[in-house]
Order: sequence, then C-alpha cells, then structure tokens
Amino acid sequence: MSTGRSGTLSESMFEYEPGVVDRDDPLHGELMELNMGPQHPATHGVLRIKVLLDGETMVKVEPVVGYLHRGKEKTCESLGWRKFFVHTDRLDYLQPLMNNIAYAAAMEKLAGIQIPERGQTIRVLLMELSRIMAHLIYLGTTSIDLGAVTMFFFTFSERERIYTLLDAYTGHRMNNTYVRIGGVYADVEPDVERDIRAWLEQFPKKIDEFESMLTGNRIWYDRNRNIGTLTAEQCKAWCLTGPNLRASGVEWDLRKKQPYSGYEHYDFEVPIGEIGDCYDRYAVRIEEMRQSVRICVQALERLAKSRGGEFLADDRRYVLPPKDLVNTSMEELIHQFKIVTDMALPQGEAYHAVESSKGELGFYVVSDGTSHPVRCHIRAPGLVNVQAIPLLAEGRLFSDMVSIIGSLDFVMGEVDR
Amino acid sequence: MGSLKPADAHATDEGFFVTQLDWLVNWGRKNSMWPMPLGLSCCGIELMAMIGPKFDIARFGAEAARFSPRQCDVMIVAGTLTWKMAEAARLIYDQMPDPKWVVAMGVCSSSGGMYDSYSVVQGIDMILPVDVYVPGCPPRPDAVIDALMKLQKKIERERPFQLLLQGDVVGEYDQGTKRFLRAPNHAVPTTRSHEVLPPEGNPRSKA
Amino acid sequence: MSATAPERAGAPATSGSSGTAARVAAALAGVPHTLVHPADGMVSLEIETAAVNEVMSRLRDRAGFDSNTFVTAVDRFPDEPRFIVLWQFLSTTHNDRVRVQTRVPGDAPHVPTITHLWIGTAYFERECYDMFGIRFDGHAGLKRLLMPDGYEHHPLRKDFPHQGIEPDRLYREWDNRRRERSPLRTESQT
Repeated sequence: MSTGRSGTLSESMFEYEPGVVDRDDPLHGELMELNMGPQHPATHGVLRIKVLLDGETMVKVEPVVGYLHRGKEKTCESLGWRKFFVHTDRLDYLQPLMNNIAYAAAMEKLAGIQIPERGQTIRVLLMELSRIMAHLIYLGTTSIDLGAVTMFFFTFSERERIYTLLDAYTGHRMNNTYVRIGGVYADVEPDVERDIRAWLEQFPKKIDEFESMLTGNRIWYDRNRNIGTLTAEQCKAWCLTGPNLRASGVEWDLRKKQPYSGYEHYDFEVPIGEIGDCYDRYAVRIEEMRQSVRICVQALERLAKSRGGEFLADDRRYVLPPKDLVNTSMEELIHQFKIVTDMALPQGEAYHAVESSKGELGFYVVSDGTSHPVRCHIRAPGLVNVQAIPLLAEGRLFSDMVSIIGSLDFVMGEVDR
Repeated sequence: MGSLKPADAHATDEGFFVTQLDWLVNWGRKNSMWPMPLGLSCCGIELMAMIGPKFDIARFGAEAARFSPRQCDVMIVAGTLTWKMAEAARLIYDQMPDPKWVVAMGVCSSSGGMYDSYSVVQGIDMILPVDVYVPGCPPRPDAVIDALMKLQKKIERERPFQLLLQGDVVGEYDQGTKRFLRAPNHAVPTTRSHEVLPPEGNPRSKA
Repeated sequence: MSATAPERAGAPATSGSSGTAARVAAALAGVPHTLVHPADGMVSLEIETAAVNEVMSRLRDRAGFDSNTFVTAVDRFPDEPRFIVLWQFLSTTHNDRVRVQTRVPGDAPHVPTITHLWIGTAYFERECYDMFGIRFDGHAGLKRLLMPDGYEHHPLRKDFPHQGIEPDRLYREWDNRRRERSPLRTESQT
C-alpha cells in the first residue's frame, strides 16, 4: 500500500520458509498476512506493521516507517541554523521544548557558548515539564489502546493544565519554540512561577490516582507482566536507551552520567527496573514523572532565588540584543541584522545528547563556518524503539502487539523526521 | 470563502416540502458528524485534545471518532501528509460512504505548511476535495471546533433532496480527465476540487 | 571538518578524556587510525574503509563500547572522496563516547556493515543508504527506510534539490491505475 508497485495485497508481503508451520497439524493452516497501519488507532502515529500470523501467533513482524518523513535534515541544510528551531519542535511533538533545547545545546557546544545559570534553570524546568507531558501521553494512549479508556481522559486533563501553564509562559500550547541559542526567549514571570508551583503541588496526587487505577489492576498486570521482556544485553545490542534500557536494569541516564544544563545540582533519583518487561517500563515511567516533579520544585526554588538574573548569554555573535538597545545603538542594530540574516557557527562538528522521554535524543551538527549547516543529523530514540518491535513481538500473541508498541513508546515525528 | 454563496443564490422552485426535507436531512447530518481522525503528526495531538475532556466535540454530536472510515462522515486530516502516505489517505477517503466532508486541520494539510520539501504533499487538496481549512501550527482546539461549526453551516446549505429529484446523484463527471468536478453531496464545488490533479501533473514535478 | 590538523595515533591526545583516548589507542594497537579533534572534545578517529570491521569489533570487545549511537554520513560534494561515513559509539560501563569516520568516494559508495556486531544499527544503515546511496556490504535487507520503495533518488545528497525531483510520481502512477480500474464506482471521487 505504501509503494507505487502493488496497490493490492494479493502478492505475498513476505518471503518466508515453508517449513515454519507444521502442515500436518489440523489446527494450523495457512499463514495470514495482516497489515496494521499506517492509519491505525494503536500505532501511535503513522507506523505500518506487516505481520505474518499463524492463527493468533505472530510469526514475522516487519515495521515500515517513513510515512511522516518530512525531510527535516535536508530542511536544516536549506534553512540555516536559526530558522531550524521551529522545525525541531515538530520532531517529538509531545515534548517540543526538549527538542529545542537539544538542538540549541548542540550548537552551543560547537560554538563554545556558556548559558547563564538562570537560563539553565529555566531550561531544566521546561525539560522536566516536557518529560511529564510526554509520559502522560504514553500513559493515556497505551491505556486506551489496552482498553482502560478512563486513563486517556485523566491524563489529557492533566496535560491541558500543563498546556495552560505553557500558554501563559510561552504564548502557545505546544510547538512553542521558546528556546534560543544562549538561553530561552524570555524570563519566567513570578505569576507563572506561582501557577506552576500550584500545579506541581497537586500533580503527585494525580499520579497516585493513575497508579491506583493501573498498578495493582489485575488486567493491566496480565497484559503487561512478562510481555516484551528485554535483557540488558539485548538492549545494548539493539542500541536502546532511555526508559527501555533502564527498565532492563541498566543504570544509564544522561542527566546523571553526562550532566548538562546544570543537572548535577539537582537532587533526584533514576528509577531502574528489574526484568525489562512492559510492566517494568510502565513503572519506570510513572516513577520518572514523580522524580520530574521533584526536579521542577527544585528548579522553581532556584528560580525564586535568582530573580533578575540573566537568562540569555551575552554573546552578540549568536544572541539577539534587547530591543531597546537595538533601537538606540548602532552597534546593536548591526548585531541584530547580522544574526537575523546570516548567523554563522564556527567551523567544526559537535554532538550533544539529552535524556529525552524516549531515550537519548542527540544532534550531530557539522558546520563549515557559514550560516547553513553542512549536516545536521538528528539521533532520534524513537527510531531505535521502533526497530525493537520485531524482537519483542515475534512469537507472541497478536494482542500483545499493542502492549509492546505502547510500552516501547515512540513518536513518528522523530522516527521519520 | 468564495465558495460559500448565500443560500438564496441557489433558490429553485422546487417547493416548500422539498426544502423542508432538505432542512431535516441537513439538520440530522450536521448534528451527528462523526469524525474520522486522520491524525498524522502534531495536529493529531491537538485533535486528541479536542476529543478530550476540555474541548469535547461530543457536545456537537461528533462523539464517535471511529477509526474505521466506513463509519465516519468527516475526515479531519490532522498533520503533515507525505507522498508516501498519500495513497493511504486517498484510500481512506474513498472508503468513506457519502455524504462525506473533509477538514484540513493545520497548515501542513492546508498547504504543506513549513515543509516545502521533497516528500510533503503541498496541501491535501492536491489529492482530496477539502471543505474547511483550519490554519494554525497546530490550531488550537477552539479553532477546529470553529471549523466544525463552519462546516455545519456549509451543510445547512446543501440540497440533497433537490439534487435527488433532479436525478443528480453522482455529481458532474468529466470523462476527459476522469475526474468529478463536483462531488455529489455538495451544492457548490469545494474550493480547489476542480483544480485537483491537473492533467499535466504536479507543476513542481519539473526539477 | 576538524578544528585542527589530525595527528598520528600514539601522540598524546589533546582533546577528550585521556582515559578514553588511551583505552581506544590500546584497543586499536596495530590498526592504523588517525585522531581528529572536533569542537566537542570527543575522541574521534579516522580509519580506512577496509578496516571498519576490525576497528569496530575491537572497540566493542576490547574497549568496552557496548552501544552504537548513530551511523550517518556527510556529503562533501564536490570534494572527493565525496562521503564521510560516521559512526558514534557509547560505553555505558566507562561512561564515554567515541566517534569513528571514514571517507568513501562518490562512485558506487560502499562500506562494510556492522550489524553483526550491533544488530540495532540495521535501521541506521538503511537510512544512510536511503538518504545518501551508500551501500552497506553484508547488510541483510538493505532497502529504503524513509522514502517509498521505488523512489530513485537519494535526498540528502548535495546535488538533490530541496523541493525534490518529481515527488509525486509514485502517487500519480498509483492514482492513474486506481482511476482506470474504477472510474464511476460507488466511491465518490473528485
């Protein structure tokens, strides 16, 4: 269906060995080819999965991606460094600010820019709020796919509250593009701080409510326990990172191991799972939400202490000067003009990764000293998570496919870029 | 908005009874538009937020967001359509039974949005007829609800019984280009539907 | 590409943690490689294309790099050799990273695959093939990942226009076949 070649499914989608099924067994007949997607409620975006079924057992699983390939890496080369910020929001569109910050951090690493402390604190706050938003969607959509419809409404109701906070701070609910090289676009006002603090106070009770519905739930347990188990060695061989890796027992979190943006000053724990099944991945993400609340509270305290501090670096090669100076000073006007039309990064290459809600989100940027990149490669954790679907799904019953897809947690915006 | 002419421009002498039947059918249709959410990317999340508790399109009768196109009326294309996905989108549109409408939610589906690139369809009206375009990246759920209300007003202008009595059930079909110039259930053509797929192909096809 | 001139292996590393550089140098003893010094301070090597298999297996087995972060390429058109193929590895046990690159000419570019070392690189290599046209010898199932099958161009090459070349060709062919099959069926078509 995706190709111009065969619009029908009459020819086999797979090449499979004939001996894979015992033809003498009267219960086994032909293998059935089933196409799941690209439009499907449970595939979390436009993912197509070709499944070869022996009754209810999945014999062969092949994901097909690319239905949302928008040419982002090529767009970065065409648009230039500054204009690409807007496109980074739309990568993992559940956590737009996280992607902004990852991109900005890679460029800052290349150019050698230091972010002032208040800017770093605001970034941490935005990143943790984004992580909570993304995990809420994971919870809501995975639950509704498994039949727990109420969770969808509960988590979306919380997401709406975060949207209101971000709307007040950044001006838009999602795809905010609020990050600039050197910091963030504007400061957090005290009333926004107050609203965020009020929301943070009531959110842990909501997480308790989510857990009361799911964690001890027999049906949730049966659909997730011992399904889609990943050992630590498998995770590393399949290049998985993030909650998928941590649920298998590997203590790997970039915020702790290779801290950035001031994470070394925050006091938080990183949940680690035991056996790496879907249930463990769920438990890891729930606990990560609690720890994110903890980090946000500390970030707000630091913000309260540093009121009036700088939130944008002062480097006039990359950071726009304040508007009142632009209107009065010739030099600042020239800086503004240069940055807006032709902001160039120094020659070289750099890679910076952040711990996003799906795993390691990294940007590899190569510059030749001009305003347009030579290469901007986006290392998306979602692509690696999609790759692991056949590993977990083959040999299982078809109804486990939904648990596996939900628990691996990917977003097609970043898988396809 | 050029295609929304005032209702009396199509006044015919079909009579009171037929116009009242038209009103009744349109009332039923507009208050039970079941959406087919083709959530492709970020607009899909705002679409989910619209179906969610705060913006609740169930109040407008659009409760049953079935994912099977055979059971839906309105296809809300929310997100960026790529050429790889275009076949699937077209198949889904074709599977929807009449009467059906299409809402292009967001700038990506209206015009390609910020993606002027090698893989993105520059507006779903290159392959489908569209009734309402909703700009925004993503549009707020309020904006999409406004679009659905505008679609309701558009549906009020339709003349299903009049067309039936005139024997016009398939719309205007052009044998030359093998295309419909006017979809059957629409009183007036949608904005670009007669320009869809110009015979010489996509003008951007020349490299 | 690199911030300073490359230096021969064996000289003290001036960038990256000396522990990482020493460990990598020890693991790659005997295999020719060149250190480059990127702006982010990561230990970065340039190797011969033929040595890919040997270098990567030593990095995994002797230097403890247990995960592959990405496999990608950079098109340096019109410089020759045209492509730089890059791999980046992560060691969760030692908490560091290393980047490896090799230069590949633009005519029928190909490099060996590393899917037998880390199976998770399968998609990365497919994407590299899709976007640049670089074949990975030994990859079981090297086909396009992001563009539709049957697409003839490699989008991330520098000589490929941003707006594409006939982006809708495959769709048009499918659409014409569809219309010929059922011009006036019960589906309403516009």
